[in-house]
Amino acid sequence: MTLAPERPTTAATRTGVNSRLSVTSAEPRPQRPELKKSGRPNPAAHLTPEQIEEIGRELDAIRAEVMDSRGAKDAAYIRKVIKTQRYLEMGSRAALLFSGVKVKGVRPFWWIGTAGLSVSKILENMEIGHNVMHGQWDWMRDPKIHSTAWEWDNASPSSQWKHSHNEIHHTFTNVLGRDNDLGYGILRVDEDQKWTLFYLFQPIWHVANALMFEYSIAAYDLELGGYLAKRKRLSDKEKAEFRKNAQEVVEKIKRQATKDYVVHPAMAAATFTGSARHTLTANLVANLVRNVWTNTVIICGHFPPGIETFEKTSIEGETRGEWYLRQMLGSGNIAGSKAMHVMTGNLSHQIEHHLFPDMPSNRYAEIAPKIRDLMERHDLKYVTGSLAKQVGGVYWKVVELSLPNKVEGKRRRDVILKAAKKAIKGKGGQGRRY
Amino acid sequence: MTATLNPTDRTRGTGRSAPLAGVLDGARKVAQALATPLVPSDYLDLIDPLRSGADLRGRIVAVTPETADSATITIQPGRGWAGHVPGQYIRIGIDIDGVRHWRAYSLTHRADTADGLITITPKAIPDGKVSNHLVRSTKPGTLVMLDQATGDFTLPATLPDKVLFITAGSGVTPVIGMLRSSLDDLDDVVQIHCAPSERDAMFRDELLAHSVAGRIRLHENHDDVAGVLDLADLDDLVPDWREREAWVCGPTGLLDAAEAHWEAAGLADRLHVERFRPSVVEPGEGGVVTFDRSAVTVDADGGTPILDAGEDAGVLMPSGCRMGICFGCVVPLREGAVRDLRTGEITSTDENSGTVPIQTCVSAAAGACAIDL
Repeated sequence: MTLAPERPTTAATRTGVNSRLSVTSAEPRPQRPELKKSGRPNPAAHLTPEQIEEIGRELDAIRAEVMDSRGAKDAAYIRKVIKTQRYLEMGSRAALLFSGVKVKGVRPFWWIGTAGLSVSKILENMEIGHNVMHGQWDWMRDPKIHSTAWEWDNASPSSQWKHSHNEIHHTFTNVLGRDNDLGYGILRVDEDQKWTLFYLFQPIWHVANALMFEYSIAAYDLELGGYLAKRKRLSDKEKAEFRKNAQEVVEKIKRQATKDYVVHPAMAAATFTGSARHTLTANLVANLVRNVWTNTVIICGHFPPGIETFEKTSIEGETRGEWYLRQMLGSGNIAGSKAMHVMTGNLSHQIEHHLFPDMPSNRYAEIAPKIRDLMERHDLKYVTGSLAKQVGGVYWKVVELSLPNKVEGKRRRDVILKAAKKAIKGKGGQGRRY
Repeated sequence: MTATLNPTDRTRGTGRSAPLAGVLDGARKVAQALATPLVPSDYLDLIDPLRSGADLRGRIVAVTPETADSATITIQPGRGWAGHVPGQYIRIGIDIDGVRHWRAYSLTHRADTADGLITITPKAIPDGKVSNHLVRSTKPGTLVMLDQATGDFTLPATLPDKVLFITAGSGVTPVIGMLRSSLDDLDDVVQIHCAPSERDAMFRDELLAHSVAGRIRLHENHDDVAGVLDLADLDDLVPDWREREAWVCGPTGLLDAAEAHWEAAGLADRLHVERFRPSVVEPGEGGVVTFDRSAVTVDADGGTPILDAGEDAGVLMPSGCRMGICFGCVVPLREGAVRDLRTGEITSTDENSGTVPIQTCVSAAAGACAIDL
């Protein structure tokens, strides 16, 4: 039994206290098996429990160094980003008031306004909203920039998003059957996810999901799919809970749509420059651009080739060190310029973000070399690449994994046909996705 | 939504004509719809944080040293500033190293100045994070959060004929505000002004000038020469103190002594004191955790997350990842101190901070705590 000297024994021995609070464990941790259940190699099999504990300590130290040095510079950074975004939004919306005005055959205010609004919405959702709601800025004790108070320019109400994202996805990252972000329930992005006929068409689902991303995230956070599948078995209390949440989503979408598609176009109509319709299309395009961009960034976080998934049983009694290990192996970065990092909300530093989701995003870049060094020292793959490479990898996977896995002695065509026949007969047409 | 839009109902009793109120209400609704999910003030605050209708803020316009460890901070308050009665204090929220801290300071400016500026005069106390920052590091131009003035350590509307002020250290700050505003109307003022030494005496020149002009009778007590003021000497220093309405402000020892002294003379109702409470919560190991609204009290050890302690006691606690990453368990700590189980870091409240949000899943009691839940 090993206990950290600074930790009172009561913390480690008390039953029920989350094992992920500490890099050490009261019970000895098992050695990782050579192979995962699926038969694929386990990327951390070469590490002993002691080495994983040591990795945990090293990461705790990296975190402490940054968290202890948070200060005025960091506060000034987020305030500057918020200020820039709000001025950009106001400027773009002002330009759109005249979006109908034609100069030499083009509508310059439409182009300027649409571009500005797209960038503004991306900044608002990613570098600001996502990160504020992670509690990255709670330490400032500014009630206006606080995870408990923030609402974002997105269809999904922040409370529901915080639950599905911060709690489920960040705790159970890439655990098959626990982390629904792994393909969002509509994509098969890992060979260890069970194939069903539904996935045969996943390139279509994927493109539709990207275009509608804000709404699919709202439906996903609401757990709409799960509700529809299970509604006959739910208790009255669960149904009431769902109805309350659904009501909240509907209200949010109504407010969002009224703003973008009614009130701002109406304001533009008041300039008598024929700008109402163009303001509406500008908002539509800006929302689409934001949807596709955020989807693009997010699929690069966990789906590119080389990123690992984990089985449910592998996380039982997981320590903080083992959780860190899973975050490192289950995330991938995007290499790029400083501007690109900001536009991704620093989710281009996905590995660093998943290790320390409450660390201010402007600090990920400085710890990235340390994390990379730590992983390479321990023979762990630090997945990173250009945006084009990572996106290309995911799109290829979406196509490749729409088909069943190659198994010796079985033709893939036969597997598909068998599933199709079964579906036509009405047996498990939807199939189980995990 | 349309069902609730009945302007006559909404404006009844406001004194505004119904059509005007209806227009204003409509404009507000449109502004709200334009700004959602934010509110219009989020945008307006960028342009003018001091506008009327905004949360009360102020901009520091000057920092003027008084003594070696005190300075007068001149602040342009927002247009929502409602004024004050001399002797009252304000709460000021200032960002230090990126973190907002709230403290209370007496207002030291004259009540009815034409420029509308207000002043506080903090004294840097050892280890005082905010007072040291204000006195030594604050730059003009800094935006601060403010609360409206409050406090009942003030002169009554009908001024008493004879007044006694006893001030010690920065305890002079509310009294200097009263003197600046009301000295012209006060006929007979005696002030005993205590300080550790002559150099440390705040507003000494100003008080001496009044004394020389014969407008107040001033007795200075510098501890390094005269020792700490003993109220037993009051009969010698101010023989008619019993006839005077008295205002006393300074350290707790002085206030306790004054209360006892006036009580013993049967004159407790003539004494007014202002207490600046100490603001430090001493962290301990474990402690009694009170869940205010649930009316539940548990004894939690220093290794148990408050989340677990609360749940075990049947409190309905918000929770999430239970490992400190999702912020789903954040609740307000109203009073006390907690320790981060991962890092050992202490988070504590003070009487000016209001509640402090904490993550209950990684926070253990570090002494008695009260949770607003």
